[in-house]
Amino acid sequence: MVKKKQRIEKKSPEKRGASSQKVGIVSRLKMLIHLHRQEVRNSFKGMVKTPISSFMTLAVLGIALALPGGLQVVLKNSNMLSEGWDGASRFSLYLEQSVTDDVATSLSNRLKARSDVAEVELISRQQALDEFQDSSGLGDALEQLEENPLPIVLEILPATNYSTPEASQAMLKEFRKLPEVELAQLDMQWVKRLYYLIDLADRAVFALSLLLGLAVLLIVGNTIRLAIQNRREEIEIIKLIGATNAFIRRPFLYTGLWYGIGGGLFAVILIGASLWWLSDPVSQLAGLYDSGYRLTGLSFKETFELIGFSTFLGLTGSWISVTRHLSRINPT
Amino acid sequence: MIRFNNVSKRYENGHDALKHINVTLDKGEMAFLTGHSGAGKSTLLKLITLVERSTRGDVFVNDINLSKVSNRKIPFVRRNIGMIFQDHRLLYDRSVFDNIALPLIIAGHPHREIGRRVRAALDKVGLLKKEKLEPIMLSGGEQQRVGIARAVVNKPPILLADEPTGNLDPELSAEIMGLFQQFNQVGVSLLVASHDLGLIARMKYRTITLKDGMLVGDGGSL
Repeated sequence: MVKKKQRIEKKSPEKRGASSQKVGIVSRLKMLIHLHRQEVRNSFKGMVKTPISSFMTLAVLGIALALPGGLQVVLKNSNMLSEGWDGASRFSLYLEQSVTDDVATSLSNRLKARSDVAEVELISRQQALDEFQDSSGLGDALEQLEENPLPIVLEILPATNYSTPEASQAMLKEFRKLPEVELAQLDMQWVKRLYYLIDLADRAVFALSLLLGLAVLLIVGNTIRLAIQNRREEIEIIKLIGATNAFIRRPFLYTGLWYGIGGGLFAVILIGASLWWLSDPVSQLAGLYDSGYRLTGLSFKETFELIGFSTFLGLTGSWISVTRHLSRINPT
Repeated sequence: MIRFNNVSKRYENGHDALKHINVTLDKGEMAFLTGHSGAGKSTLLKLITLVERSTRGDVFVNDINLSKVSNRKIPFVRRNIGMIFQDHRLLYDRSVFDNIALPLIIAGHPHREIGRRVRAALDKVGLLKKEKLEPIMLSGGEQQRVGIARAVVNKPPILLADEPTGNLDPELSAEIMGLFQQFNQVGVSLLVASHDLGLIARMKYRTITLKDGMLVGDGGSL
């Protein structure tokens, strides 16, 4: 039976030799796309086949990514919170006693026109007195006064991009030079502290992101290295059969890609779960302060960026590992 | 098809595995390569498949001088050579079909053609009904036939076999040799390394004998 078939398939030697060479470019491309799709599936299946170790790797990657990602969210939230506190960076200009309401109004309009000023609030003498009477409890005593001793006050809110300590300091100097102004004040300590604190936190989170990003790179690299070692014999065999390095590299790169995507998703879930866990106490606390403040999670763009970053790290980690270790494996 | 031109191979540890080898295997020729273990049979095969490179002299395969083939081009030389190993070297994590399909996948053959060619190769070695099995479920002789199907599925002009019957009983060995003869009849060049002298004697083919890295015999059957 076998022999019969053999004779039917008989060809000239030349033809046989040539047929192993000729594969058209289009079918080659089609096959390549087919292969890539298969590798995507196979590398995923490979991870599912060893669920515990894959899950542990993904968890480590997820935690490593959730830390900087989560801190970024915390930072974003505290930035939003501090925006509600920008009263701390308000200037108070106490005008000379001689300044009339008309002059004060025109000064207020002039200041409002400046690009570094967001808002000017004019507090008239009477308003100031009323407020003082209300809050001090000295109502009756104050009524005994013949003249209102309080000056006109201009409360100035600087524009957001002028709220740095340096800019505020410069603005304060200018305000002090105004002839109508008797005293200009700014609670600099507060602004400085807040500003530098946020700057410090910003940089710390950046450094942490860098370190943990490197950790992700190393984790993926090491995982891929182990995978290569486990499949050492297989790699030797397919090298003998005529596989190029690109062909051998492919499954490992896709595995790295999956680890990157999976780790990123894991991190997003961890951050989401932590925020959900914190949201109730935060809104209760905010309620005590009469604030409608709510925690903000990752935006769609940030989620996308986190997973993208993670995917990039996974791919890069596996690329480095594969390039380093694959060339050392040669058939014997 | 294969030509050794005054080839010597010295390993890094100073061992001279091959000394001044001059030998030619013509297109469509079948020959045995024999000698004691350590005589240089494996080294000679490794030089053809570029697992090792010659220290001196040139090896030609298909009129290509292997000394001039860069590492990057090695895979393309190997695709024209079917290799059969004593220990089969199958991939045990995938089916018989997938094992045999591997050379075609590597060479980028279209999907539909792969199925057809794999089944043709399976048919040739008489394992058509076992394509879905895992290699580990097969007997030693069957595993070796899977290895042979994998070596010929790409229709290479050259087949190399390193002790292909080393682990098989005489009856199975004869079966494997019968397959080789069939391939030779359709024009494939074969070089079979073996120290099974009884088997070689029965086959009546050209026999190349190595001893301590030197060519000591080349001619008709022993």
